[in-house]
Amino acid sequence: MPFAVGILVNPVAGMGGSVGLKGSDGAETLRCARERGAVPHAAEKMARALAAALPGADARFLTAGGPMGEEVLTACGLPYKAVYSPAGETTGEDTVRAVRAMRDSGAELIVFAGGDGTARDVCAALGDEEMPVLGVPAGVKIHSAVYAVTPERAGQLLSRIVLGEARETAEAEVMDIDEDAFRAGRVSARLYGYLRVPLDRTRMQNRKSGGSSSDARDVSAIGTWLAHEMKPGRLYLIGAGTTTRAVMEALGLRGTLLGVDAVKDGRLIAADCTERDLLRLIEPGNTSAVLSVIGGQGHILGRGSQQFSPAVLRALGPKNLIVAAAPAKLDALFPSPLRVDTGDPQLDAELCGYIPVVTGWAASRMARVER
Amino acid sequence: MDTIAQNRDTRLDRFHQASWNEPVIYELSKPGERGVLVPQLPSETAAAAGEFGELPSGMVRAQAPDLPEIGQPQLARHYNHLSQENLGVDSNIDIGQGTCTMKYSPKVNDRLASCPKLADMHPYQPDCTAQGILEIIWRLGGLFKEISGLDHFSIQPGGGAHGILAMASVVRAYWADKGESDRDTIVTTFFSHPADAACPIVKGYKAIVLPPDAEGLPDLEAFKAALKTGRIAAIFMTNPEDTGIFNRRIAEFTRLAHEAGALCCYDQANANGLLGITRAAEADFDMSFFNLHKTFSSPHGCGGPAVGLVACRSALRAYMPAPLVEHDEKRGYYLDFDLPKSCGKVKSFWGVAPVAVRAYAWIMSLGADGLKTASETAILNNAYCMKKILAIPGASICFPEHQPRVEQARYSWEGLKKDTGFGTADVQRRIADFGTHYWSSHEPWVIPEPFTIEPSESYSKADLDAYCAVLAQIACECREQPELIKGAPHNSTVHHISHDYFDDPAKWALSWRNYRQKYDGYFQPKKK
Repeated sequence: MPFAVGILVNPVAGMGGSVGLKGSDGAETLRCARERGAVPHAAEKMARALAAALPGADARFLTAGGPMGEEVLTACGLPYKAVYSPAGETTGEDTVRAVRAMRDSGAELIVFAGGDGTARDVCAALGDEEMPVLGVPAGVKIHSAVYAVTPERAGQLLSRIVLGEARETAEAEVMDIDEDAFRAGRVSARLYGYLRVPLDRTRMQNRKSGGSSSDARDVSAIGTWLAHEMKPGRLYLIGAGTTTRAVMEALGLRGTLLGVDAVKDGRLIAADCTERDLLRLIEPGNTSAVLSVIGGQGHILGRGSQQFSPAVLRALGPKNLIVAAAPAKLDALFPSPLRVDTGDPQLDAELCGYIPVVTGWAASRMARVER
Repeated sequence: MDTIAQNRDTRLDRFHQASWNEPVIYELSKPGERGVLVPQLPSETAAAAGEFGELPSGMVRAQAPDLPEIGQPQLARHYNHLSQENLGVDSNIDIGQGTCTMKYSPKVNDRLASCPKLADMHPYQPDCTAQGILEIIWRLGGLFKEISGLDHFSIQPGGGAHGILAMASVVRAYWADKGESDRDTIVTTFFSHPADAACPIVKGYKAIVLPPDAEGLPDLEAFKAALKTGRIAAIFMTNPEDTGIFNRRIAEFTRLAHEAGALCCYDQANANGLLGITRAAEADFDMSFFNLHKTFSSPHGCGGPAVGLVACRSALRAYMPAPLVEHDEKRGYYLDFDLPKSCGKVKSFWGVAPVAVRAYAWIMSLGADGLKTASETAILNNAYCMKKILAIPGASICFPEHQPRVEQARYSWEGLKKDTGFGTADVQRRIADFGTHYWSSHEPWVIPEPFTIEPSESYSKADLDAYCAVLAQIACECREQPELIKGAPHNSTVHHISHDYFDDPAKWALSWRNYRQKYDGYFQPKKK
C-alpha cells in the first residue's frame, strides 16, 4: 500500500502580508486584505513543494476539496482522493475538519501550507495524537517550528519520508502572536501547543558511532539528569515545554505542558502557576527555574512563558536560571545565539552573556545569550 | 582506482563490487558438519589416564553451544566472499575517512609483529624472560618523550576513547589525592572528539562543551565563562580540531585552565599534522594520548586491538595506570607495580604488544626527519585536496574565514543541496559505486551536509587526483542525472536501504541471536 499523504492548503494564508496587514486571521482582516488587492499564494507554495518532491515517490494523496488542496493536486497532475468538502468561504474550522477527515481516511502524514494560524488549527484538530505533520511556509507569520525553511525543502523532505529515509519525528512548537497587538506594533508571542514533525536530519547524516541520536532519548536524558541534580529543600519552578516536561516525567509527576509548575523534594507544590503565584512561592536564594529553548527562534525568555515576568526573574536572580535543550534543537539554531525578551531592557542586558545549557546526562554546552 | 586516474573519462564507473547473495553462516550450517575433526586420545593412552583423560564433569557443557556447523572449504569460501564484499585501507584510496588518519601500514611491520618470538609470548611470563618486548615498549616511550615533550608513558589503553578514559582516570586519582574531589567538571570543545566529553562523564564528571567562534576556533569568551561555572578538574581538547583548524590560542587556553587550577589533557588521537612541528609540552599540556593505530601506522583493525598511548608530566606519574614499564641497571626492563596512588589498571594485562611493535618499527624506519616529512607531506596533500575540492561547484569549506587547515578539512555540500536537493548522504551512497567511500562527520551536526577528507602522507598526487575526480563526477551527476543518484549505490554489494532499521532499537539486530529475537522472518518486525 503506498504511503498516504494528506495535502492541505489554507487558501487565505499569507494574504494579509502582501498588503501590510501583518497576518490574515479573522474574517474582517481578510475582507480588508482583499479590498487592498491581496491574492492567494498558499496554493502556489504547495505546488512548489510538490514539484520539489522528486518524481517516483510512491505516495497516494488525500486532500480537501476546491482551493484546500484539490485544485493544486489537479494542477500538478497528481492523482488524489478528496475526503472533505468545504462549503463556501473557508475558515479555521474547515482546516480542523479537513485534518480530521484525512486522519480518519488513513493519512500517515499531513502536509499543510499556511502560517501560524493554520498550525494552530492543525494542532487543535490533532490534540495529543502522534500523527506527523509537515508545514509548507505560506503564512505572514512563521513563528512555529513546524515549518520547513522553504517550500522546496518541504518537498525534498516529503520525498525522503515517502521513501522511508526520514521517518523519525520530534515534537515542535506551535507558536502564534496576538495579531491585534502585532498590528499595534507590539510583539507578544505565545506557545499554543506541539505538533509532531519529521526530523530533518540533513545536518546529521552519519552513523559512525553505531547508534543514532534521538531527540526523544536526549530529552529524556535531560529530564533524568535535572531530576537527579535537584537539591533537597530547594524550590524548582519548571517552565513550559516538552524539554522541561521530561523533568516532571523523571520525577513521576504530571506537569503542565504550557504552564509553570512548582516542585520541591520531588513533590508538586503548585501546578500551572500565574505570575502572582510565582512571586508568592519564590524563596529568595533557595529557588531555581528550569527553562527551555524555543526551537527555531532561540528564545529562553519572552516567548512561551510569560509567567516568568521581569518581577519574577528579579526575585529569582539570573544565577538561578537553569536552561536545557536537546542537542538537535541547539544544532538547528547554530550559529545564532539564544535570546531573551522579557520586556525589561535592563533585565535583558543583565541576562546576556554566556550560559551553560544542559544537553543531556551530565552534559552541557556554553551558549551566547543576546537580546 | 589507479587506472581511473590515468583514464578517468572512460573508466570511472567500471567498478563493480562482489555481491555473493550468500546466506549468513548460521543458515549455511548443516548438523554434524565439521571444519576440523579433533583427534581422540589413543585407546591405550585413554586407558592409562583413566579419569584424568576426561574433562571434569563440572566443566563439560550439558548442551553444545549454538555455533554454525560447516566444513572447512565452505568456511574458507565464506570468509573470502565476505572479504570481497568489504572495503579497506588496502583496497581503496582511503582519504575519505577524515579524522581517522587512514594511512598505509608497511607489510614488513606486520611480519615483525607476527614473528613467533613475539606472537607466542604470554603476558604472565616473568619480566626476565620478556626483556625484548619490554625494551621495545620502554624505547617507544623514549620516542614519545621526544614527540610530546612529556615524561612518562603507558600503552595500557586499548584505543583512542580508552586513552581519554585513562586520562580522566588519572585526573580523578590526582584530585582525590589532593583532597579536591569536589572538582567535578571538565571542559571540552565542539570539534574535539565527542569522547572527550563522554569518557569523563563515564568517570562521573560533568562536561561543558565550548562552541566555536565565527572563525571556527573554540570561543575564548565562552571558555572564560565556563571556567567560572563550577570547580573545573581538567580540560580535554583536540588541536587541530576535526575541522582541520589549529587553535593558535591554545597556550591562552592552557594558561587560563592552569590559573583555575585545572589539569590540561590533550587529545592527540590524530597527531598526523604535528610530528616534529609542535608538541604537547610546549602548549603546556599536562597529559596527552596518541593513537598508535592512526598517526603511527598500525592498522585500525576494525575497532581494535589498538593502543591509545598515554603520556604525562613527571608530577602525574604516581597516578598513571599500573604497571609502568621501567628500566634500571640491576633489574633490566621490568613492570613497575609500585604505584600506590595509581588510578589502577584501565585494561587487563599490559597493552597490545603487536601494535607497539608496529609503531616502534614505523617511527624507527622514518627517524626524526622522516616523521617531520610525513607530517609536512600530509599537510601538503590536504592543501592540494582543498584546492581541488573547492573547485567543485556546490562544495564549500566550513568556517571559510579561517582558510588554513592542517592535515584534514571539513567541507559542506550545502550549495549542492540547495541546487539539486542532493546532499552528503546521497554522495556517500553514490561513492560506493566507484569502489571508495567517505565519511560525513559526527556530532554536533552544525555544519550543513558535511564531509571530512584527510589525505595522509601515504597517497600520491595521482591518488588524490583520482579521488577528487570521483567527487567532481558525483556532483556533476547530481545536477545532470538525478535518477542515477537516487538509486545509488548500483555497483556495490548492498543497495539503497531504508534507514528505519538503523533508527529503531526494536528493529536493528547486531547478531544472529539478536536477529532471531526480533524477527519472525526477513524484515518483518515482531514488535514496534
